[in-house]
Amino acid sequence: MGVGIEVINLNAWYGANHTLQDINLNIPANHATALIGPSGCGKSTFVRCLNRMHETNPIARVTGTVRIGDLDIYEDAKPVEIRRRVGMVFQRPNPFPTMSIYDNVASGLKLNGFRNRHALDEIVERSLKDSALWDEVKDDLKKKSGASLSGGQQQRLCIARALAVDPEVLLMDEPASALDPVSTSKIEDLIFQLKSQYTIVIVTHNMQQAARVAEKTGFFLNGRMVEFDSTHKIFTNPSDKRTEDYITGRFG
Amino acid sequence: MIQVPETRISPPQQRHELQSAAALQTASASLKASEIRKFLLQRGNSALADRWFHVLMLLCALSIFGIVLLIAGELAIGSSLSWGQFGFDFFFKTYFDPYTHLPVYWDPVNGHFSALPFVYGTLVSSFLSLLIAVPLAIGVAVFLTEMCPGVLRGPLAFLTELLAAIPSIIYGLWAVFVLVPLLREYVNPLLTGSLGWTGLFSDDNPTGLGFVAAAVILAIMILPIISSLTREVMIAVPHSQREAVLALGATRWEMIRMGVLRNARIGIVGSVILGLGRALGETMAVTMVIGNTPEIHRSLLANGASMASVIANEYAEATSNLHRSALTEIGLALFVVTILVNAVARLLVWAVTRGAPARSR
Repeated sequence: MGVGIEVINLNAWYGANHTLQDINLNIPANHATALIGPSGCGKSTFVRCLNRMHETNPIARVTGTVRIGDLDIYEDAKPVEIRRRVGMVFQRPNPFPTMSIYDNVASGLKLNGFRNRHALDEIVERSLKDSALWDEVKDDLKKKSGASLSGGQQQRLCIARALAVDPEVLLMDEPASALDPVSTSKIEDLIFQLKSQYTIVIVTHNMQQAARVAEKTGFFLNGRMVEFDSTHKIFTNPSDKRTEDYITGRFG
Repeated sequence: MIQVPETRISPPQQRHELQSAAALQTASASLKASEIRKFLLQRGNSALADRWFHVLMLLCALSIFGIVLLIAGELAIGSSLSWGQFGFDFFFKTYFDPYTHLPVYWDPVNGHFSALPFVYGTLVSSFLSLLIAVPLAIGVAVFLTEMCPGVLRGPLAFLTELLAAIPSIIYGLWAVFVLVPLLREYVNPLLTGSLGWTGLFSDDNPTGLGFVAAAVILAIMILPIISSLTREVMIAVPHSQREAVLALGATRWEMIRMGVLRNARIGIVGSVILGLGRALGETMAVTMVIGNTPEIHRSLLANGASMASVIANEYAEATSNLHRSALTEIGLALFVVTILVNAVARLLVWAVTRGAPARSR
């Protein structure tokens, strides 16, 4: 089961660039929340602050508070512990090319010292079923490399890899932007099914996608969050003029 | 209606006037158009020059094969006497001293020639040096690519690569004056004391020379090759792989192991092989510290000799034809061994790169 995320006065810098300014929001548990906005508006930086990936870049800096469940991730925990509870799927599929499909999915657990082979088999199967990839790969789980799959399959493999460690939150940074329409709709179906079990935060350029999968939507512009509301409200009756301009395609 | 055609015509006219004005200015130096054509026509189609160029380049390419064949041929002819006398026994035979009954491998005075101790010495010193250099080189590369603060990275990488530029005689001198005394006084007693029970380190060689000294100096010499290549292949691993591992909750070391080293391993194997190639053939520094004794001992602290070192040591003083031929045969063997090692290495790389997934675990 997922947990909610509470963000208070989050600021982030990239060198001298103030990429996120005073972000405050509450992301509900077990729902999908979409973040939209033009390129460079800070939405990717924002999700990377939620599992402390932002600070892996030596010139990056973060201030503010992020609570995931009742854990203050910048105060109470090490990045490593947080990333075990907050899964992430990246824009470009990044399976491990030197590992089999099975090992790709099992990698998170093996990394953390999980050795029970029987349980591992079950978890791999369940994760691949959850990510709707099982039927396509079940016959060559250990024979084929993660890199031998198609782009869309690779991305679902990456989702399975993130799900295998049973995260409380799943962050997706434009998970379908490098994929064809068929793969994209598969990923969207997947998000729709997964959001009952996990708290999902999805960054997207595609406004229809946000409308299709998310209950809540946040609009980012120039490092600030302009508006955060139910998806229905954002797309039908936004309270901010800039949101309206963006969703009607007047800019961005 | 009338003005339009005028404006249309005027620009080309202007351009023409400009051109002719320029032509007038450089009239003495330039050729008329017809003369340029004549000049170009008289050059013909240069087919002959093209063919010559083709042949010349082909010769350059063939010279590579030529050089290899000449070396192999020269070595084969030079070693035919020894080959005719000993055959394959040359690499395996052990003679025994009639009085002491101790094994004798190489005794030019009595006509005993067996390359066994040299093959053994080359293999032992090379692999021992890999054992020392590979972890060190990978450690250096990991530090430089993944953890080194930016200020240190440039100078450290530069220094590591500078090691490769030092002539091997300098390494030899340093080994003789610094490394060997150090081994003799401190390291060897420590090794015999703690690991003497394995039989690999016995204290019957008081000189400090021997396989360990040769391996250490070889390790230093091949370190820059291995570490700089390893560094390059590690840098080539895409950033997304590192992020993928980090996002699973990996510590920095786990990220390096799973996200970087695992992806770079093919390149790392390649760099290790290049290092081995240099270690097998390295002559000068090894000759200065290996002890130059054609014997086989279980102890790694014992004196020995390598294929390269015996040639360097004895060729100038080899007076009998058989002696010289035997040394040439060792040269031929070294030639073949290095080629075989490289071939095996390529097969290994090929087996890894075929795209087969790593087996589970």
